[in-house]
Amino acid sequence: MPTQTRSMLLNVGPSHPAMHGVIRLIMELDGEKIKGVEVEMGYLHRAFEKMCETVMYAQCFPYTDRLNYVSPLINNVGFAMTVEKLLGIEVPERAKYIRVIMSEISRVTDHLTCIAASGMEMGAMSAFLYMIKARDYLYELVEEITGARLTISYIRIGGVKADLTPTFTDNCFKKIADVRKVLIETDELLTRNRIFFDRMKDTGIMSKETAMSHGITGPFLRSTGVAYDVRKANPYLVYDKLDFEVPVGTKGDNLDRYFVRMAEMEQSLRIIEQCFQQIPDGPVLGELTGEVMKASDMVDHAKMGETQGFKEFQVDLDPTLQGSTKKYYDGISADQKSVVLPAKEETYGNIEGLMNHFKLVMYGHGIKPPVGEVYFPVEGANGELGFYIVSDGRDHPWRVRVHPPCFPIMSALPKCLVGSVMADLIPTFGSVNMIAGELDR
Amino acid sequence: MTPLEKVQEKFGKDIVETHAFRGDETAVIRPASLLAVAKFLKDTPELDFNYLMDLTAVDYLFFAGGRIQKEFRFEVVCHFYSIKHNHRLRLKVQVDDREAPDGRKHPEVDSLTSLWASADWYEREVWDMYGIRFKGHPNLKRILMYEEFVGHALRKDYPFDKRQPLIGPQN
Amino acid sequence: MSLNSPTGFFSTKITDALNWARKFSIFQYPFVTACCGMEYMSTAASHYDVDRFGAGFPRFSPRQSDVLFVVGTINHKMAPVLKSVYDQMCEPKWVVAFGVCTCTGGFYDNYSTVQGIDTIIPVDIYIPGCPPRPENVLDGLMKLQDKIQKGEQSRTLYDPNAKTGRPAELQKYTITQHIKNIES
Repeated sequence: MPTQTRSMLLNVGPSHPAMHGVIRLIMELDGEKIKGVEVEMGYLHRAFEKMCETVMYAQCFPYTDRLNYVSPLINNVGFAMTVEKLLGIEVPERAKYIRVIMSEISRVTDHLTCIAASGMEMGAMSAFLYMIKARDYLYELVEEITGARLTISYIRIGGVKADLTPTFTDNCFKKIADVRKVLIETDELLTRNRIFFDRMKDTGIMSKETAMSHGITGPFLRSTGVAYDVRKANPYLVYDKLDFEVPVGTKGDNLDRYFVRMAEMEQSLRIIEQCFQQIPDGPVLGELTGEVMKASDMVDHAKMGETQGFKEFQVDLDPTLQGSTKKYYDGISADQKSVVLPAKEETYGNIEGLMNHFKLVMYGHGIKPPVGEVYFPVEGANGELGFYIVSDGRDHPWRVRVHPPCFPIMSALPKCLVGSVMADLIPTFGSVNMIAGELDR
Repeated sequence: MTPLEKVQEKFGKDIVETHAFRGDETAVIRPASLLAVAKFLKDTPELDFNYLMDLTAVDYLFFAGGRIQKEFRFEVVCHFYSIKHNHRLRLKVQVDDREAPDGRKHPEVDSLTSLWASADWYEREVWDMYGIRFKGHPNLKRILMYEEFVGHALRKDYPFDKRQPLIGPQN
Repeated sequence: MSLNSPTGFFSTKITDALNWARKFSIFQYPFVTACCGMEYMSTAASHYDVDRFGAGFPRFSPRQSDVLFVVGTINHKMAPVLKSVYDQMCEPKWVVAFGVCTCTGGFYDNYSTVQGIDTIIPVDIYIPGCPPRPENVLDGLMKLQDKIQKGEQSRTLYDPNAKTGRPAELQKYTITQHIKNIES
């Protein structure tokens, strides 16, 4: 009697032990072989685009943080630069460097998380612990500047929230050295690990042509051998003044993606170091001089109407707000009263500052760009992260569209998987670095 | 010669309007010629738009609080990019659900899936969020929301907090 | 003397001992969906070391775990999945709402997000924060241990109309209300 065979349907996700991120794969299996994959997404749809239509421009930042939550600062930068393009304003040089530094720190945390998680899913638990340790070093750096670890909302339209702290440069170099050490350690743990290496090699292969027709960008595209990087192709901020390389792979398999990510982290660290050499001196490197007054005292005095001579005082703010006093603040914010909030001394010290502040935060006022539409891409950790904003001249965006780099990658995932065996799903899914927050928005 | 000028030269009569606000070259074209223009963009060697970077839609119902009247409701927006020449172009198509052909309820646009594979999911998303149909799309079904969801969430007449839970209270 | 002595001395002591053992051997199921997962990773890794509290062993099967960590936003598409994972867990079981999205929906007051998972499954510990810092998570974990020691379990769901069952600070002021208040 001939044996009858039929293929098996296997459902993976949306909550599955070996997959980080919520996505559902419905796989048609013939024994161990994958015959077909259907990708079902939307399990983290949080209505980012709809929410942005209901709030003012400056209030969109917290929502952008949570798009790609592994590298929130890049999303902040992308959104802020799109609105700046819409408004037609330029940010000060120092703020540009700070943005680059923060973006690159975020890119390193993103790649660290991606490699750590995909390593863990293949059983390399110690590499995971080491890399999360390195990530925590970087979170501490971010926390020193922004006051938060993960969801930051640090970038402002027309600048950044606060200047770098005086100790930041030293800390940063120290942490970069620590991260480099961890990278070397994990490189030894993973690249020379037989299991990891064999499972990554020659699995999840994608050709150049397929990747381009699916609109894939970022490390995934570069692993196939196309050296497209928004930072090189359309340099924004100060990337044209910095010297860095764009690592490319040859085959487009999982191992190439791993190597591209590892090499990119090194390049990002290089960029940060160069930024510290090139960054124009701000007042940040000096100490507070002259008469220093605590912010809380200042508010108390202002309430009593005793605002005489406030302009001469230096304000001593809470440590998490360090760098946002007037002296620092003006060096990192665009000179546009209709866009940038005044420094706290102005707000508390004189009526013009107070009015300026209220005009920017009150419902129905705020930043009002001209009627028009712009698209602006930045290089996110996963590829081209573009924001498309339509303005109707009011204080709310009419439409905010984000082009999420994960989206085309996930649409091409079946092409990577069909024909390989079931066990290849795990390294492939790990190395494409799907972030549900930006995939589903 | 910029990509926009090339398109103008070839498809002058199909172009409704053009602009380059903040340097973003944009052409608004008639819906009927979308496929022809897209094919031209992809296949002309001097243009070589090998990337359909983004495809989305905008709902202009009550635009600017009703102060600016538009004679169409939706706009389908495509962003193209060429790796070889490093240039970008935005193509827009205006559609209206009132004037949809054959008395159909949903507005309809030609699908770009035959030219770029990336159009597949983008068009599904536009269908899900705006209810715009794409003629010739192989698998036009919801992508972000569940099948039980009624309506299209990003339309301006859909309240942002109208929930349709599958389980739990109808809060 | 039987276990059911009139004073209940032995049964209370045994329950105490059992609960003590339970609270230091938490087998957790991390239902990780979103941003909070990053802080969950940090908490679980060596820097903050959740293993000190006996909770260092994530079990990725609901049938083998006794604490469900719901980490990250739950939307209406995901809600049935969460419910079925909860239903598969064996008694006794506890639920931790990790992050403000799971507590109340957070600032995602919109068509797609569940306004607090306690409308679907009973929640024992709420850890607010967007996302909560690892220290915050450890504090929540210790509160959960106290609850386990006392042998308490939450059984009630939040009823949005009755305004009960959720801690007062989490009964929120929604964006809809906010916009209405401003416009009126």
